Amino acid sequence: MSPQIEEVGLSTTAERAAVVGAAGSTPDKDWVIVTRGLKREYDMGGEIVRALRGVDLAIRRNEYVAIMGPSGSGKSTFMNLVGCLDTPNAGEYWLSGQLVSTFKDDELARVRNKEIGFVFQTFNLLPRASALHNVELPLVYAGIGSAERKERAMEALTKVQLDNRASHRPNELSGGQRQRVAIARALVNRPAILLADEPTGNLDSTTSEEIMKVFETLANTGQTVIMVTHEPDIAQHARRVVVLRDGLIASDTKREAFSAKLVGL
Amino acid sequence: MPFFESVALALNTIRVQKLKSFFTLLGVMIGVMFLIAVVSIVQGMSNYVENDFAAKIIGVNTFTFRRRPNFNPNTTDDQWREFQRRPRVWAADAELVRSVQPAGNKSAIVNSNFIYASSQVSRPRQVQAIATEAVYFDIKKLVVESGRAFTSQEVTSGAKVIVIGTDVADHLFNGLDPLGREVRIGGMPYTVIGVLEKQGSVFGFSLDRQAIVPWTTPVSRIIQPKGDLQSMIVQGSSREEMEDGIEAAREVMRGSRHLPPGKADNFALETEDSALEFFDGLKKQMIVFGTALPAIGLVVGAMVIMNIMLVAVAERTREIGIRKALGARRSDILSQFLIEASTLSVMGAAIGIALGLIAAKIVSMATPLPAAVAPWSIGMALVLGAGVGIVAGVYPASRAARLDPIAALRQE
Repeated sequence: MSPQIEEVGLSTTAERAAVVGAAGSTPDKDWVIVTRGLKREYDMGGEIVRALRGVDLAIRRNEYVAIMGPSGSGKSTFMNLVGCLDTPNAGEYWLSGQLVSTFKDDELARVRNKEIGFVFQTFNLLPRASALHNVELPLVYAGIGSAERKERAMEALTKVQLDNRASHRPNELSGGQRQRVAIARALVNRPAILLADEPTGNLDSTTSEEIMKVFETLANTGQTVIMVTHEPDIAQHARRVVVLRDGLIASDTKREAFSAKLVGL
Repeated sequence: MPFFESVALALNTIRVQKLKSFFTLLGVMIGVMFLIAVVSIVQGMSNYVENDFAAKIIGVNTFTFRRRPNFNPNTTDDQWREFQRRPRVWAADAELVRSVQPAGNKSAIVNSNFIYASSQVSRPRQVQAIATEAVYFDIKKLVVESGRAFTSQEVTSGAKVIVIGTDVADHLFNGLDPLGREVRIGGMPYTVIGVLEKQGSVFGFSLDRQAIVPWTTPVSRIIQPKGDLQSMIVQGSSREEMEDGIEAAREVMRGSRHLPPGKADNFALETEDSALEFFDGLKKQMIVFGTALPAIGLVVGAMVIMNIMLVAVAERTREIGIRKALGARRSDILSQFLIEASTLSVMGAAIGIALGLIAAKIVSMATPLPAAVAPWSIGMALVLGAGVGIVAGVYPASRAARLDPIAALRQE
């Protein structure tokens, strides 16, 4: 049986390495995400930038995790790797029991479609399409027929209380509504993880709270949520906070501990 | 991504940017328009030649015996000199050819040229004078609307009677009843005994300007001053009879002129096929030159579409990034842009087809050139339009498909 994060304060590299297990072994199906020695380097005009220098991280199903870090810490790179938008130079990335770090382009597209729901800082809705059509998009690429698509998209919009705005275009919606459409779109294909990149970065504090409530509800209903943010008060909504620094995990703490640290600051 | 979804998306893009789309489509539109117009006109001409012209001017199952061929494009100087050295065709030769024709083949001597005719009440008018025999009316299926045709007795006796076309009647007699009145051709008075039914025109050349007289009258001398014959037309009762007639005529004429085997004929036996061959050559040339111009239009159109699609890919980089993040594969993005490009150009082609049909209609109304729409040309134009779109779309679409989703999402 694998060690539980709640039980151990996974603050040392050795502890984390023990949790993620040996390279090449299929992780326990309890873990939705397992990364082992994940490395990503960029060649910036001859200069090698090491954005990630070997990240070991395991996230269980139903967890609500915030990933934090100052700019340049590698959190965007990590987020792109977790979101299957990018492939690592070295290391393993297991998502829902699949070794996706070895996948090719089209397989990654399929994984993005089926396993991952994205929520972006800038919403990234198609400006010329209605809210309903935006929510339908992942289903279109999943090859689902028009009638079922509409039904499921409406269902997802109802979940975020926007079923009465289905025919509106993004520019006819408020920021909070747009982000809720984006959340509906992220959830419509029932993904394994909901991946949010600074989901409140473009919203005022009231709307941010509203969005955080939506995330909270989702987490309570069993959705795995991973949220990248640099705002500590947003991060403290999560139940676990992973802090990256210089391409490595600096700390990995439960919310209570994290909140206590915030208070201590 | 389903096909119809992509088409709907493309149509939406076009709807949102009407003016830009119009200019994008201009090249394809003009190209297809000219293509359709040219093909319609050429097709119309060739229909006309095959159905009307050959039958009206030459006649069905008819051959012409003459000194040199009438339809002989690109005659070289040498050929021309050879034609000039040929012996003339005399009435005796015509009789000889006539004597060997299968029973049922009708034959008529025809001397024809444009000569001025006048009446007491009009200025002279150039008419197509045809000096022939009575059976000519039968061979050419000419219908005499008022009065009568001349008889073979009148031909034998050299009666100076004339049957005129409606155009000649209108011009020379301007409302008066021409029957019984006098027409002067080459100073010789002829009595009008009949007026032909209106026949219309071929390539703007009116068939109603005919003036038909017995070949035994002075008009023959005006047309053929040496007293020889211009031609004799022979109509077979069937194609086989006509071919038999041609062979018999060739045999008897070669014998009569003592041509040894291996020596070419020094007379011509022409069928409507020679005319059709002549027009076939003409048609091919017209198609080649007539489609070269639209082809340039299509190439320009393809380049414009390629450019616009490259701009569209650049403008919509973020959209491509979003679609990729949501699970669009390379092939989804590729087909989306390919379908968009071909929808654009098929629309251009459709508008071009409509304009081309209108252009063909205008040409056929304003000029004597007939126009007939060839269904295959519409199909071809649509396929060509889609093809142009695909060719023009491949490069921009593959650029879109290869975009890195992270970079695409970061773009503002």
